[in-house]
Amino acid sequence: MATVELRFSALPEHVRTARLVAAAVARRAGVDEAVLDEVRLAVGEACTRAVGLHQNGGISAPVKVLLIEEEKQFSIEVGDEAPHTTPGGHTPGATGAEIEEDEMGLAVISGLVDDVEVSAGEHGGSIRMRWSTTPPATFPV
Amino acid sequence: MDLSLSTETMGDRTIVRVGGEIDVYTAPKLREQLVELVNDGSFHLVVDMEGVDFLDSTGLGVLVGGLKRVRAHEGSLRLVCNQERILKIFRITGLTKVFPIHTSVEEAVAATD
Repeated sequence: MATVELRFSALPEHVRTARLVAAAVARRAGVDEAVLDEVRLAVGEACTRAVGLHQNGGISAPVKVLLIEEEKQFSIEVGDEAPHTTPGGHTPGATGAEIEEDEMGLAVISGLVDDVEVSAGEHGGSIRMRWSTTPPATFPV
Repeated sequence: MDLSLSTETMGDRTIVRVGGEIDVYTAPKLREQLVELVNDGSFHLVVDMEGVDFLDSTGLGVLVGGLKRVRAHEGSLRLVCNQERILKIFRITGLTKVFPIHTSVEEAVAATD
C-alpha cells in the first residue's frame, strides 16, 4: 500500500499541491535534501502531463499520485486514465503543440531521474520514478 | 506562491522581471505578457529570472514561444539567471544553446548579437 495516496481533479492549479505533498513525503522518507528539487520538478512534470492527457481526452476521472516509502528507496507513481493506442504513444486527437509539450515534459523527467518507467495501455498510463533514500555505497575496485 | 511580473524599459530593451513559480497553472500569464509586449512593438526582451523559485517544461515552452515571436521581428530574447536549479533545466533540455543566458540585467542589456 502506498504511504500516501493523492487524487486530484485534472486541473493545472492542483499540480503545485501535488509537488508540495510529494516533496514533503520524500523528505520524511529520507530522500537527500539536494535531490528534493529534482523530486519536486519530476513529479510536477508527470502530473502536468497527466492533467494535459485528461483535459485533452475529456476525461473526468482524477489524476492519481502514489508516494511509496520502501526500504532504502522512495517511489512515486503518477497514473492517468487516458487511452494510449501504443505503449508510449500519444493520445488520439492531441495536437502538434500538445505532443511537443508532452515530449518536453518526458525529456525533463528522463534527464532528472535515473530510475524511471513509462507505461501506457488502452486504459491509461503511468510514470513510475524511484530515488534512493540512503547514500550510494562505494565498492573497492 | 503565485507568479509576479513587472516590466521596465532600458533603451530599446524591455526587461520582464519574473518572480515566483512558473508552471502549468501560471505559465499562461507569462505567455500573455510576452505576446502583449511583442504586439506593442517590443522586440528586444530581457527576461530576468532571478526571482523565479520554480520552472518546469511548460515555462520553457512559453519562453521558446516568446523567442519565436521576437525572432519573427528580428528581435531577441535574453535570459538573466544565476540559480543552478533553474539553469539545470535549461541544460537538460539543451536550451542553453538556444537562449543567451546572462548573469545580470546590465550584462544582458549591453549584449549584442
